[in-house]
Amino acid sequence: MTEFHPFLPGLVVLLPLLGFIANGVLALMHGKASADAVRAGGELDLGDRSARPMTHALPTWIGPGVMAIAFVIALVNFARMLGAELEAPVVIEYWTWMATGTFTVHAALQLDQLSMVMMMIVTGVGFLIHVFSVGYMRDDAGYPRYFAYLNLFVFFMLVLVMGASYPLMFVGWEGVGLCSYLLIGFWFSDREKSDAGKKAFIVNRIGDFGFLVAMFLLYREFGTLDFVPVFGEAETLLYGGGLATAITLFFFLGAAGKSAQMPLYVWLPDAMAGPTPVSALIHAATMVTAGVYLVARSSVLFALSPIGSATVAGVGALTALFAATIALKQNDIKKVLAYSTISQLGYMFVGVGVGAYAAGVFHLMTHAFFKALLFLGAGAVIHSMHAAYHHTHRHDDAQDMRNMGGLKAHMPITWITMWIATLAIAGIWPFAGFFSKDEIIWQVGAFGGAETAPFPALYTLIWIVALAAAMLTAFYMTRMMVMTFHGANRTGAEEAHHLHEAPSVMWLPLAVLAVLAVFGGWINVPEAIAESFLGLGGALPMSEWLHHWLEPITAQAHEVQLLHLGEVAEGAPFGGGEVLWAVLSTVAALGVVVAAVQMVGRQKVLAPAEDPGPTGFGRVLLNKYYVDEFYDRVLVQPVIKGSRFCWKVIDAVLIDGTVNMVGWAAKGLGWGVSMFQSGSVNTYAFILTVGVLVILGVAAF
Amino acid sequence: MEAFLFYFFFAMAMGGAIGVVVSKSPVGSLLFMVTALFAISGEFVLLEAHFLAAVQIIVYAGAIMVLFLFVIMLLNLGHEYQQDLKVGVFSVAWIAVVSVMAGLVGLSLRGQAGFPGQPSGAQEIQTALELYGAVGAIARPLYTTYVVPFEITGILLLVAIVGALVLAKRNVG
Amino acid sequence: MIEPTLALSAFLFLIGTFGVLVRRNAIIMFLCIELQLNAVNVAFVAFSSLWGIDGQVFVFFVMTVAAAEAAVGLAIIISIFRHYQTVDVDHFNLLKW
Repeated sequence: MTEFHPFLPGLVVLLPLLGFIANGVLALMHGKASADAVRAGGELDLGDRSARPMTHALPTWIGPGVMAIAFVIALVNFARMLGAELEAPVVIEYWTWMATGTFTVHAALQLDQLSMVMMMIVTGVGFLIHVFSVGYMRDDAGYPRYFAYLNLFVFFMLVLVMGASYPLMFVGWEGVGLCSYLLIGFWFSDREKSDAGKKAFIVNRIGDFGFLVAMFLLYREFGTLDFVPVFGEAETLLYGGGLATAITLFFFLGAAGKSAQMPLYVWLPDAMAGPTPVSALIHAATMVTAGVYLVARSSVLFALSPIGSATVAGVGALTALFAATIALKQNDIKKVLAYSTISQLGYMFVGVGVGAYAAGVFHLMTHAFFKALLFLGAGAVIHSMHAAYHHTHRHDDAQDMRNMGGLKAHMPITWITMWIATLAIAGIWPFAGFFSKDEIIWQVGAFGGAETAPFPALYTLIWIVALAAAMLTAFYMTRMMVMTFHGANRTGAEEAHHLHEAPSVMWLPLAVLAVLAVFGGWINVPEAIAESFLGLGGALPMSEWLHHWLEPITAQAHEVQLLHLGEVAEGAPFGGGEVLWAVLSTVAALGVVVAAVQMVGRQKVLAPAEDPGPTGFGRVLLNKYYVDEFYDRVLVQPVIKGSRFCWKVIDAVLIDGTVNMVGWAAKGLGWGVSMFQSGSVNTYAFILTVGVLVILGVAAF
Repeated sequence: MEAFLFYFFFAMAMGGAIGVVVSKSPVGSLLFMVTALFAISGEFVLLEAHFLAAVQIIVYAGAIMVLFLFVIMLLNLGHEYQQDLKVGVFSVAWIAVVSVMAGLVGLSLRGQAGFPGQPSGAQEIQTALELYGAVGAIARPLYTTYVVPFEITGILLLVAIVGALVLAKRNVG
Repeated sequence: MIEPTLALSAFLFLIGTFGVLVRRNAIIMFLCIELQLNAVNVAFVAFSSLWGIDGQVFVFFVMTVAAAEAAVGLAIIISIFRHYQTVDVDHFNLLKW
């Protein structure tokens, strides 16, 4: 067993930052021309490939280039860590950020199994998305600015996952929130889009407040916020005590804001206003998983608080079901995927909530693959639709599925890769999603039925909800695929000629992600399944690798669980072993897919202009249960009214009035005193004499 | 003899001062002032300040009062022998002044506590007068201990001359 | 001998003040101010007979300054007279608000 020597870990974080600076400079150089283009309506002729200006040619290489190098360095570190069998995290301090009294925070990176997994996901999937963006954003005036922001985002995300202490993680947390705002509102000249960016940032802020309070509580208890000492002493907290519960609940508030769980999920569907690769990177693969990472990192704390864990799992399950129902009726392809993301995030929280931290992270990983693939595929579709409408000068919505249909003939590669992703997300064997989703559902039952589990009934309910949400997922994803790719083409006869496959720079990442979506799940298959016929009796190269890999991270939490919950259950709540339920769920999902193909294929899809919309409960689903309107009336309007009151009454009348009154009083006083000036010398002399006598009198007596 | 002279000069000074205030014509006020100045000069002699007595006559009565007279003549005042006293204020102030005077006299007669410091000044002055003469007695400290104020006073006089010239100049044209 | 001299000084000063307050003629007011200065000189000389020659030296300075002040003051009154054609102080009210 060799020592783990990190290989330039600082460079992994630094490279995207350098990319940001370089691309930023290019963007500033192009600034005036961009501003003029935006004012003129957004069109800028950049010329053909050879004649593009430098500001638009260089980011193509800088943007994905830094990501590639970062990914390679991450791989080298991963290989070294594999060979070294690391037991304790390696913390590399660079400099001291704050040293105030007893509280010290260093700018330090922590390299352990969990941060390594996240690093590879961020840089790897990030790289693929950067490459895709080269094609997608080719004709955009803000091309260098886009890559600058994207690189900045990756920098902050890496700080988040590699930080060695909560404050450093918070720096990354806030930073990705900022980049999310910048990227969602990328096309800022459209008021709706910039409002969406604002909404994301503000709702995130509410979560940040929770994160901060949790940090304050932790500091008060432990005197430090570095991961290694905090988790080392974590077990001094009382199991199930008030402090542990408070800390975990506040951390979950932060996670709910960042990872779009109830009630702070409302920003994610609006965030679809940004470019599609942004949605893929930020709102599918990386930023929204920060909350899950937080819970997984703080696994010890959550293991020490059954109420906190139950809250996480419960809210996650509820969100999963809630979002899945909304996705059933959406017509915008990106909105379907957005609600799907919220739903899958709910799954991840269910996983880490019940105590299966490795399972949650596993689903995070597989979700990054197939959701990024889905978003990028949707991006290819939208790109194609845009090009078609551009040619015929129509202004229809390129994202509305009612305008699509029958695209499989025009975009075969996209069609195949997206079907792979759909099967993965629906949880069908042997694709990636099957293993991760099943693992979570199984663990819910296992932990819920443990010997001294605290809330067995709740966990049974969560188990049922998770199964139901899985079925719904299969249905709405299939609906999306059928409406987009199958059936007759509804785009229009003329436009159909201009629909074409995406260029290679765009479908190559799709292909890579598709491969990952197929085989990515094989790295964490429980033994029971791998040995059974599902793993072809052990012939397929499936293993429990991820679970073992993350053991040093989750060991402490598992110890606590073993101590307080006892042994986990061997069977699901209603009986049956792991293999049985795995087979049942995949068969059921497959059934739903087939049924959906039939049902949706037979439905008549109306064009958006003529569509009266669904009736009854369907209308409620289409309008997202009217949650946004509720928030607006209950939260936003009172705040606006309060601010208006502060402005018009308190500021203008009270404060300004007081200040003005002081000035007026000074003026009046001066006028009054000036009355004393008579100009007569005699009077002055008289008063002078009287004054002298008074002083003499006072001095004499 | 000394006491008699003292009270004689006292009365003359008081008379002159009251005359200054009460007199109707400006020239009359001025002449009363000269009288008062002579009386004060006499007091100075009685107090062994011989040089100052001489300077008082020469400078004050001889130069400053003449200057006043010139100005009165220049401005052609004194033709209207009107009462320019303020009657209302006069009566009130008159009573106040007399009462304060009475108070002071009473205080001085009652409190014979004496003054602090060494009463050897008279002796010192006598010695200086014998050694250096009347002028020398003043000149010696003036040119040694008080030479800086002396020089500054010189500058002050220069400033006064220039100032008076500028102020009184008639605007040409 | 000192106390009566001081009494003389006090009386002269009071009469001078009185004169400043009641007279309307600017030149006579100025004359009364000179009377006040003389009263101060008397006090200085009285105390010098008690404490040394320094009092007399100071009287010297006072006289010098009084002469300078008289010159300048009268010059001012002359220039005011040119403007107002009178030296009645009740008419000088430019400083009124």
